[in-house]
Amino acid sequence: MAAVPSRVRVAAVVVLVVLAVAATGVGAGAADEPRRIVSLVPATTEMLFVMGAGDRIAGVSTYDRFPPDVARIPKVGGLLDPDVERLLSLKPDLVIVYDTQTDLKRQLERARIPIFRYVHRGLPDITETMRVLGERIGMKAAAFAAAARIEQQLAAIRARVAGRPRPKTLLVFGRESGTLRHIDASGGYGFLHDLLDLAGGSDVLGDLHQQSVDMSTEMILTRAPEVILELHYGDSLMPERFDAERRVWNALPSVPAVRNNRVFLLAGDEFVVPGPRIVVAAERFARTLHPGSFK
Amino acid sequence: MAGFGTLALAACLFAPLVGSTRIHLSAVFDRSMPYADNIDAQIFFVARLPRVLAALLVGSALALSGVVFQALLRNPLASPDTLGVSAGASLGAMMAITFTFSFSLLGISAVPLASFAGSLGALTIVYGLSTARRRGTSAIVLLLGGVTVQALLSAVIAFVQYLADFTQTFRNVRWLMGSLDVASYAPIGAALVPMAIAWAGFATLPRVLDLISLGSESAAARGVNVERTERVALVSASLATGAAVSLAGPVSFVGIIVPHLVRLIVGADHRLVLPASALFGGAFLIGCDLVARTIIAPLELPVGIVTAIIGGPVFLWLLFRRA
Repeated sequence: MAAVPSRVRVAAVVVLVVLAVAATGVGAGAADEPRRIVSLVPATTEMLFVMGAGDRIAGVSTYDRFPPDVARIPKVGGLLDPDVERLLSLKPDLVIVYDTQTDLKRQLERARIPIFRYVHRGLPDITETMRVLGERIGMKAAAFAAAARIEQQLAAIRARVAGRPRPKTLLVFGRESGTLRHIDASGGYGFLHDLLDLAGGSDVLGDLHQQSVDMSTEMILTRAPEVILELHYGDSLMPERFDAERRVWNALPSVPAVRNNRVFLLAGDEFVVPGPRIVVAAERFARTLHPGSFK
Repeated sequence: MAGFGTLALAACLFAPLVGSTRIHLSAVFDRSMPYADNIDAQIFFVARLPRVLAALLVGSALALSGVVFQALLRNPLASPDTLGVSAGASLGAMMAITFTFSFSLLGISAVPLASFAGSLGALTIVYGLSTARRRGTSAIVLLLGGVTVQALLSAVIAFVQYLADFTQTFRNVRWLMGSLDVASYAPIGAALVPMAIAWAGFATLPRVLDLISLGSESAAARGVNVERTERVALVSASLATGAAVSLAGPVSFVGIIVPHLVRLIVGADHRLVLPASALFGGAFLIGCDLVARTIIAPLELPVGIVTAIIGGPVFLWLLFRRA
């Protein structure tokens, strides 16, 4: 009876030794260069594609939409509902997780799968994350080049609108459709606030140290923004509804943005993904705020 | 009663004058300035007055429904949420937000419309249950049925929430905390229609509710058509609840606490309890909304948080002071 377990134990030891040898063998070369990356963060997925590591992505989150190539990559859930079983079945050698996904991090650590912790902060952290990620996957040169290119493009946009009067701008990223209720706007920090600042707008809620501000009607009236930028993303707004949704603001005629016809609805996922497409987002902000600078 | 009337009137008059910004009444009614330029007038007429009116309507509707449900179900823990009408309204709103409905009707946007439709759906189910039994509805059966419908709808709400993405989930959660910032009069006008029907129903109830509270047999012995009364009570209270929740979200606490507070003060006679609850419920919610929009100005708290934080301790104090 005792012989069987001991034989099993021997077999297990043999397997472990073989695995360990294999791991050290791999460690010399490819352990630093993950080949099967799962990215649960849409922003890092886009970063990987930009630095030329798109073909190394084995899985993405259910929220990934860009670039279009992600449609072919298996989806493994998102921030709140990662599908661990499916994730493990993809045999990843690096998983990019949100730093707040503590349970998932623990499970991956137990499974000895390397992780890359993603922390979402302001605009400067986007290119910084790209560089660190590029180094982590052994693509330092490409990542640094891509990051530098983004920084140059952002600097060019900033230079283009420099010296222009900076309109007091309300940046709305959520509102109940058809009415001025439940308005969420960008407050004094976060990458949207930074982008607005870069694009030559003065955030009308810049003094509030909150990333998201739940705006009341009274607050819109008293803050009196000169421009209102309203972001729409996902599939939340059909183009034929644009005019109707813009007209909703006419209920507040004393707001300068309404009176001077400077309420703009911008649609696109680039506004909610703090990845390489921030350049596109910044330019759209800048073109809207300062059309004269782009003639 | 005069006291409750004065309180409600004072709340209506005082609340629009106070807010995160100072406004001048003289400027508000200054006809020489075009309305489009008059910020004070717009703050008064667009930001504050609709809120106060919405608070008055929602507070009184929830308090009245609470009184009626507590009498109808002969259960002091009953509230507008008990029978699932409120959950039905929430489900409608969650679906409108999550599946991005974009229809509108007479200036009313998709979320309140879907929410009211949801409350009607829940009412239909509960009403169907109440008529399934031939000889009048036993309060306990209706209560159990309603609680089950409520649990069922809550599960569907959770399922819809699960389908939602981040931003929608955030918006759903915010909607569930309640908000009276209606920003126009159209939704108030729309809510008035079902509420008026409900009021007409409530007006027939005071005397018979007193009798029914003592038990349906003794009420029947005194010539009350128990079955008919219960239907009127159920439909009126459900319509009022549905209209209130679709206008402001499920503002917690008003519907359960205000009736008890009022009974502690005026006694159990429904001829007093019903109108006093309506007035006090309205005044209470106006007061809570005033706190919600000023206490952390320029930011605002969701009103549902304030109702429970203020209402809870006040009620406990009244309860144990008497006991």
